[in-house]
Amino acid sequence: MSFDLLFDPLFRVPFVTGLLLAGILPLIGMYLRLRNEWLAALAFAQMASAGALVAMVLDGPMLVGGVLAALLAALVKGLLARAGASAYALMMLLAWGGGVLLVANHPLAEQAGHALFDGQLYFTGEAHLLATALAALVVLPVLAWLSRPLLLARFFPEFYRARGQSERPRLLLFDLLAGLVVALATVSLGVMAAFALVFVPPLLGWRFGRGWRSALALAALAGMGGYTLAFALSLGLDQPFGPVCALLLVMPIVMTGVKFDRM
Amino acid sequence: MAGELLLRVAGLRAGYTGPVAGPLDFELRRGEIIGLAGPNGAGKSTLLKALWGGVRVFGGEVYKAPGLEISHQAQGFDDLRGVPLSGRDLLGLTGADPAGLPPWLAGRLGERLDRLSGGQLQFLRLWACLAAPADLVLLDEPTNNLDRAGVAHLADWLGRAHGGQGIVLVSHDHAFIDQVCTRVVEVGA
Repeated sequence: MSFDLLFDPLFRVPFVTGLLLAGILPLIGMYLRLRNEWLAALAFAQMASAGALVAMVLDGPMLVGGVLAALLAALVKGLLARAGASAYALMMLLAWGGGVLLVANHPLAEQAGHALFDGQLYFTGEAHLLATALAALVVLPVLAWLSRPLLLARFFPEFYRARGQSERPRLLLFDLLAGLVVALATVSLGVMAAFALVFVPPLLGWRFGRGWRSALALAALAGMGGYTLAFALSLGLDQPFGPVCALLLVMPIVMTGVKFDRM
Repeated sequence: MAGELLLRVAGLRAGYTGPVAGPLDFELRRGEIIGLAGPNGAGKSTLLKALWGGVRVFGGEVYKAPGLEISHQAQGFDDLRGVPLSGRDLLGLTGADPAGLPPWLAGRLGERLDRLSGGQLQFLRLWACLAAPADLVLLDEPTNNLDRAGVAHLADWLGRAHGGQGIVLVSHDHAFIDQVCTRVVEVGA
């Protein structure tokens, strides 16, 4: 076991990229949970991984392929709002089937596929960091602006219609933000680590937050704390990042006895 | 002196796939509270929804004053167990002013909604619509799930503080309608 690598400059860019994403993903997850659409995050992640693999096979940038595929998924989801969970399940099956077949039949896709599915954060480069930082600059203020409309759509669904407005454009904008962030996280952290960071910290926020803002802050802190610990442990113990991150995030849920029927 | 005309409804027939309620005729001016009364199944809630576009209008006319802001309180509500939202958060969503809340609720605005009783939660949801910035407030069975103290406070508040708005309400509680409404319009079965 060696933790010297933690201080190696080689790992600074991946760490900072992941830390930014670990702060934003739980915020996206809070609103997905609010809308009972957390499964969409897994669909976006699967689509992003498939898009990244297709881009790589076509000799294009994986980052761009992943983001475009997830944005396409978000757009389809937004336009087929009534399809709900069925649309996410179909997307997941489509992306998973296509991704596994690519991995099985293309030598270059095999290594990248494992990195995406296992979560090999350490291959993350400066392009990922730049894209994530730019996304954070856009996503955080837009998400703050969308917060009220998203909460209104859940608790007072007739609020905008009674005022002669439609909430659909705002909801679609949120879908696109979610697709963008989950795609960046997928190509940087891997499918399941990205999903774990969207899904698990909001459980803590919902359970222990005293109000909406404190729940958001709690979820973001839990995401960043869990991520930092997972990064250090996986590097120090030479383990794949994705599963370590998922297990570490789930542990507090089990230990604190969060009741699933109360979420 | 009569207040500004907010709403004129003439021969309104409304429903979902076909007309199931109406015809309805009335005028509402600022400061008035109109109660829609009638037997169960008469379509009172459907007609109320038609006033803001929640159901299809199949006949008649609804004139709304230009720039009219409408707030609508629907019957029933989501299960809010586990939702990390405080009472203050909820009122903030619609922009409702907490001034005027009963003391038994005003002191609990910082608490999560799932710590409140069913009656307190219902009153808070009602208040979020009632005290939101709006010219016209539509209330659908506002006394449902309220305890006696909640009904009394609502009736008292409607009686003295609603002057800036026009209100249309539907209720099965005839005593409540008689107590708070300035006019009652019968909806036929």
